[in-house]
Amino acid sequence: MAVTAVSGSVARPTPRLRRMEDERWLAFALLVPTAVLLGLFIAYPFVEGVLLSLNSTRVGIKGEFVGLKNFDKVWNDSIFRTAVWNTFWYTGVTTVFKLALGLWLAILLNRHFRGKALVRAFILLPFIIPTVLSTFAWKWMFDPTFSVINWTLFQLGFITQRINWLGDPDLAMTSIIIVNVWRGVPFFAISLLAGLQTISPELQEAAAIDGARPWQRFWHVTWPLLLPVTMVVVLFSVIQTFADFQLVYVMTGGGPANATHLFATYAYQLGIGTGLLSEGAAVSLAMFPFLFLIVVVQLLYIRRVETR
Amino acid sequence: MDKTKRRSVLKLAGGAAAASMGGMAAILATGRMPAFAQQRTVHWLKWVDFVPASDALLRKEMLPEAEKALGIKINLETVNGNDLQPRVTAGIQSGAGPDLIMAFNNQTYLYANSVVDLTEIAEAVGKAQGGMYKYARAVCSDGKMFMGMPWAVIGGMIAYRKSWLEEAGYTKFPDTWETYREAAKKLKAKGRPMGQTLGHTFGDAPGFTYPYLWSWGGMEVDPAGKVIMNSKETLESVKFMQAFWKDAHDEGGLAWDDTNNNRAFLSQTISATLNGASIYIETLRKPDQYKTEKGTPMNKDILHAPLPKGPAGQFGFHLLQSNMLMKYSKNQDAAKEFLKWLHTEANYAKFFNSQKGFATPCTVKWESDKLWDVDPVMTPYKVAARLGQAPGFSGPPNAKAAEGLSKYIITDMYAKAVQGMPAEEAVKWAEAELKKIYSA
Repeated sequence: MAVTAVSGSVARPTPRLRRMEDERWLAFALLVPTAVLLGLFIAYPFVEGVLLSLNSTRVGIKGEFVGLKNFDKVWNDSIFRTAVWNTFWYTGVTTVFKLALGLWLAILLNRHFRGKALVRAFILLPFIIPTVLSTFAWKWMFDPTFSVINWTLFQLGFITQRINWLGDPDLAMTSIIIVNVWRGVPFFAISLLAGLQTISPELQEAAAIDGARPWQRFWHVTWPLLLPVTMVVVLFSVIQTFADFQLVYVMTGGGPANATHLFATYAYQLGIGTGLLSEGAAVSLAMFPFLFLIVVVQLLYIRRVETR
Repeated sequence: MDKTKRRSVLKLAGGAAAASMGGMAAILATGRMPAFAQQRTVHWLKWVDFVPASDALLRKEMLPEAEKALGIKINLETVNGNDLQPRVTAGIQSGAGPDLIMAFNNQTYLYANSVVDLTEIAEAVGKAQGGMYKYARAVCSDGKMFMGMPWAVIGGMIAYRKSWLEEAGYTKFPDTWETYREAAKKLKAKGRPMGQTLGHTFGDAPGFTYPYLWSWGGMEVDPAGKVIMNSKETLESVKFMQAFWKDAHDEGGLAWDDTNNNRAFLSQTISATLNGASIYIETLRKPDQYKTEKGTPMNKDILHAPLPKGPAGQFGFHLLQSNMLMKYSKNQDAAKEFLKWLHTEANYAKFFNSQKGFATPCTVKWESDKLWDVDPVMTPYKVAARLGQAPGFSGPPNAKAAEGLSKYIITDMYAKAVQGMPAEEAVKWAEAELKKIYSA
């Protein structure tokens, strides 16, 4: 009798347990931590940023609602327009170079050679070193007076006069592009390498037996299979580069004469340097539609590639 | 055997506590925690001094003395000058941060709503020390309150190589822009150009471009605040600068920050540069390291001169530092006590002497200090605070002027022009940017 009573109570779970067995509740419970984190660190700052951009807050002075006035103001701001152009140029050029060099490096690293693991680890160095630290090293290399690059070129007889790396507007932009490419190539290389390793060697062999040359094997076998990974890597990189801050802040501070200002550095100069928090937020938020569009287009493309 | 009752232990403990601290009633009456449980602290954020000896003096000697004298622990934090503003903004917006923060120039106006009025201390110090310079008053006070306690003026003078100027035929430093350009042209031809930053940096760039503009008669605004940048005078100054830059300057200066010219001068790649006295002080500190091409100590070959005159006169814009007491601070009384202590003549003198003339005090009395007689090379700096002019001239150095300064508009106007933009366009650009600021 007693035994029956015990087994009966085991078979019938408590109301709390029963609720956990309901998948909807379980899913909700498991999602809560992520939702809270996303809400706290992504949604809340984003909403705050939107609200800030719609009022007239200055540092220490609570603002009033001004609608889209801040956006109108920045749209007519010549420095903002320069920053928009710079950001697109910077992102576009660096992405092309990072993809080309990263792919090339990934293909090389995908071969068998002695010390492969060591080389792969070293390749990651630029990506691992804190950006500010490595950028300072680059700043020294591009120093107007003591540039080691200039010194080397001069010693080799390639130049007779110093190259004004960070002082000339075009060269300053080229310099930050070089550093960004240097820092970003390892991310492309390692991610694409991971993608390459998922491609079965048998496909390559089959193509080779069919008489495909190396270039044809790459173009008709490797590249289509690597495309989904490539798109994701490019997507991440574009987002990061578009919103880049540290590199430009350390190298040029947006100068000379605003020639290297990006969205983020100009937003910082307005918001933090000048205390115009709302205008800074408006500049920052102006990035959003561009990024949103880029992300949507790329995600749609990735979906198309995957469902093909 | 007697048992100790719980109630009697509590009674005893309560009695002991009451006896030692005046009882709970005393605590409740004052509304403060007992003194032994409280360590009054003041967090002071300032720049990393270009004269390292002064920071060492504060840390090792003066602040421990303050702690002993006032019973206040002072936490000194030093950061790069460019990083002070982010900390002010973060502090104000979050309502927590350092109690005292150093401000540069008229940044004080940007934070006027978030700082405590220091009129009482500033006026008392001014009165006791021969009066406060007009420049310091204009930058730190809007007429209603002192937004920062004036700390020091970092004078900007041209440091130059005496022997190189002499070799070019100048026994005296040129006192007009025309003669300066002639001299500098000859020096650049010998591979010894002038060095001047036109980059985005807080000190040397505006320290050069603002007085340069004023000396030609150019101004951002008139006394009523109307933008008058696009004038014949400004245009003349920009046109002159275009040729002056090419003829006389190290063209790498467009990318320099406030330290590049020091390094360039010390490594003998430039013959003159606008600077605080940090180059000279560094050569005094390390005479064996810094030598001329002839092997003699470089400190014997450096002199200082004010920026040359233009058609409208001679001007200087020197970095003025003040300490703001933040409204969010919970240690306002302690911070005020500390400021009073710091600005007593005996204490301030220690800091002043450690600077060896790099910092000029904001009150008149120090102008006759014997420090200025010790080293004639430093003497030109003694009038920096007297002759300084504030950004926004001939209008007030208010928040609008501070905004123009923070956006590097004047510096960028010249930078754009020397990079090839026609002078008229560069001036128009600056005028349009200033109008946006002053009409908002």
